Amino acid sequence: MRLKGAEVLVQVLIEQGVDCIFGYPGGAVLDIYDALYKAQDRIRHVTTCHEQGATHAADGYARVTGRPGVVIATSGPGATNLVTGIANAYLDSVPLVAITGNVARALIGRDSFQEVDITGITMPITKHNYMVKDVDRLADTVRAAFRLAASGRPGPVLIDIPKDMQTSLTEYVPAAPVTKTNNSSVDAASLDAALALIASSERPYIYSGGGVVISDASAELLALADRLDCPIGTSMMGLSAVPYDNPHFLGMSGMHGGYAASKALSMADLIIAIGTRFSDRATGNKQAYQTGRKILHIDIDAAEIDKNIVSSESVVGDVKQVLRRLLDAGVQRKPSDWAEQVHKVKSSAESRPEMPNDRLNPRSAIEAVNARLRPDDVVATDVGQHQLWTAQYYHFRRPRTFVTSGGLGTMGYGFGAAIGACFGRGKKRTVLFTSDGSFHMNMNEMATAVSHDLPVLVVVLNNRVLGMVRQWQTLFYENRFSNTSLARRTNYAALADAFGAKGYRVESLEALNNALDEALGLDGPALIDVCIDCDDKVLPMIPPGGTIEDIILKG
Amino acid sequence: MEERFTLSILVSNEAGVLTRVSSLFGRRGYNIDSLSVGETENPTYSRMTILSRGDVATRDQIIKQLQKLVDVKSVALMPPDNTVLRELMLVKVNAELPTRAQIQQIVDVFRAKIVDLSPSSLTIEITGEKSKLDAFIANIVPYGILELCRTGVTAIGRNSNILTGKEDKEI
Ligand SMILES: Cc1ncc(C[n+]2csc(CCOP(=O)(O)OP(=O)(O)O)c2C)c(N)n1
Ligand SMILES: [Mg+2]
Repeated sequence: MRLKGAEVLVQVLIEQGVDCIFGYPGGAVLDIYDALYKAQDRIRHVTTCHEQGATHAADGYARVTGRPGVVIATSGPGATNLVTGIANAYLDSVPLVAITGNVARALIGRDSFQEVDITGITMPITKHNYMVKDVDRLADTVRAAFRLAASGRPGPVLIDIPKDMQTSLTEYVPAAPVTKTNNSSVDAASLDAALALIASSERPYIYSGGGVVISDASAELLALADRLDCPIGTSMMGLSAVPYDNPHFLGMSGMHGGYAASKALSMADLIIAIGTRFSDRATGNKQAYQTGRKILHIDIDAAEIDKNIVSSESVVGDVKQVLRRLLDAGVQRKPSDWAEQVHKVKSSAESRPEMPNDRLNPRSAIEAVNARLRPDDVVATDVGQHQLWTAQYYHFRRPRTFVTSGGLGTMGYGFGAAIGACFGRGKKRTVLFTSDGSFHMNMNEMATAVSHDLPVLVVVLNNRVLGMVRQWQTLFYENRFSNTSLARRTNYAALADAFGAKGYRVESLEALNNALDEALGLDGPALIDVCIDCDDKVLPMIPPGGTIEDIILKG
Repeated sequence: MEERFTLSILVSNEAGVLTRVSSLFGRRGYNIDSLSVGETENPTYSRMTILSRGDVATRDQIIKQLQKLVDVKSVALMPPDNTVLRELMLVKVNAELPTRAQIQQIVDVFRAKIVDLSPSSLTIEITGEKSKLDAFIANIVPYGILELCRTGVTAIGRNSNILTGKEDKEI
């Protein structure tokens, strides 16, 4: 079948099983949009308000489905507007295929209208990128991009398609959807070494990261914890892999992790780190983290081994496969009273949340939402205190239900991501926790949510400040609140109404409960402006580079 | 402890590959002391030789990070005692009549070659290991070096050690 490049692109998207993409039209992608118009019965295109929102939407879609998200933008400013979203996906290992148009090849390198070198710009934040220079190779390039985005450690891949490549004719030969390649071979010697290391441990602690969510290894993880009768702490990215009520679960560890998780970690003689890269936010003082205990590191990316933390033993491979192999090999630890020790920590006074929940505050607000959502409803966040409170107080029960920007910490991520996640879940209930700072960054996407009648509830934990920065200013800069008190006069509820959504403002727990009952019954988007104190803090906190000895438990 | 080491990298012979490799070194703060690149016996590959410095952990990270690049088909750490290392240098040196004979002598000792001359200068070509080139420079400096350029080191394994590219690696 002879088709134009743009049509081939759309055919390959369909062939690869893509049913929903996000983007924004423009001059350099007119032909692609024309092809999408003709294929609109088979592929849904969601036009966001800004390309950044579209990338975050593709990212959110990918996180909840596990399949690559697709985003399309025009050349120049359209392409540069993708950059934050691509970097965000890169740092959180999210499979993304970003497609940009570019000026025709004859115009490249001449600073033509809306020409930017997007492959150059995105080189450090993609797994790989391509510029299509031969229309006969377009289809295979797109297929390669899908395979690469989803394989191994997932991540974003960008394809830049000059305008003349979109209009040239080529032969389209349909192909089957690509399958991902997943470091299937696990080295037997390293598995034996891992088994021996665990067998010599009395107090193992499982530190579980986003890789466990990505490889759908939740069941294997829980089986390992049962087998070893040992605690699990997670990174923020790893949260949803462990149901909150699992008896082994201690919550998140790290800078804003729970006391129990950090304390148990400090008592362990072995950390079994699974699908994680030991980010500085998660480890704190690296020296203290590694001293006095062994480290077993399991990850699909060989380059993560010994990058931030030097391991005693390591196994490179898909974590689900590795965990299965360990379980099949009868992994065991040394008998000890470890479970009782951990239980003591878990029930200690220090482990209880410092924040009360009998009046309106971040904790009670999140708990009120939590009480009303089903286990597989998706919760997204922006970045700041509200994000950490959500990580601490929301009860995640199913993998892939927590959509948050971990590695890049992108304020403004949440709205686009919630929209993408909502589409990924067939327009099911989705809640976004945000705050005034982040909300103002990309609130424009409220219009997208309204256009598509998405059941996205936005809960603005409104402290009227850049709370997370203010918290640091309080603790480390002697209350010099430089530029973090926003003095916005936005009427959030009226704003939501103006966008065509439904807005509420609440100042008491009772009012919040009522608003939630109403808003969660709506089919379309809604927003609740929740008034909270500007000095509520995310606690506990281990200051940067600190250890459990430095933990701040009370405000 | 910081050590020098030589990496030989087979990459696909495509536009932008040099940038991908060098920008990886740049953004992760790895050193490049010398870099050379050229075609190989297989026209779909180029081979890069990079001289770098760092402790063993850094060295291992560099190799693993390089292996994550799609265009990198294989990476080898070249053992100093089992590798032929060569670099080519061109030097233009001041050579008025009275000093020409002396320079000629140095050229002979180093098995270098005079490849061009003018009434006031000589252009010398020399190949060898980095240390030989450095020694040659030290000897020629007194005459006045007008211009000097080096290609960077290239390396090949001794005996039957052959670097082959992997097309189906998993990333
Ligand atoms: C795009 C971006 N700019 C700046 C920051 C730095 N930053 C981190 S948290 C934060 C404050 C967030 O304020 P808000 O969204 O109101 O959340 P809160 O902490 O009040 O819950 C800032 C400015 C960031 N993470 N991302
Ligand atoms: Mg705020």
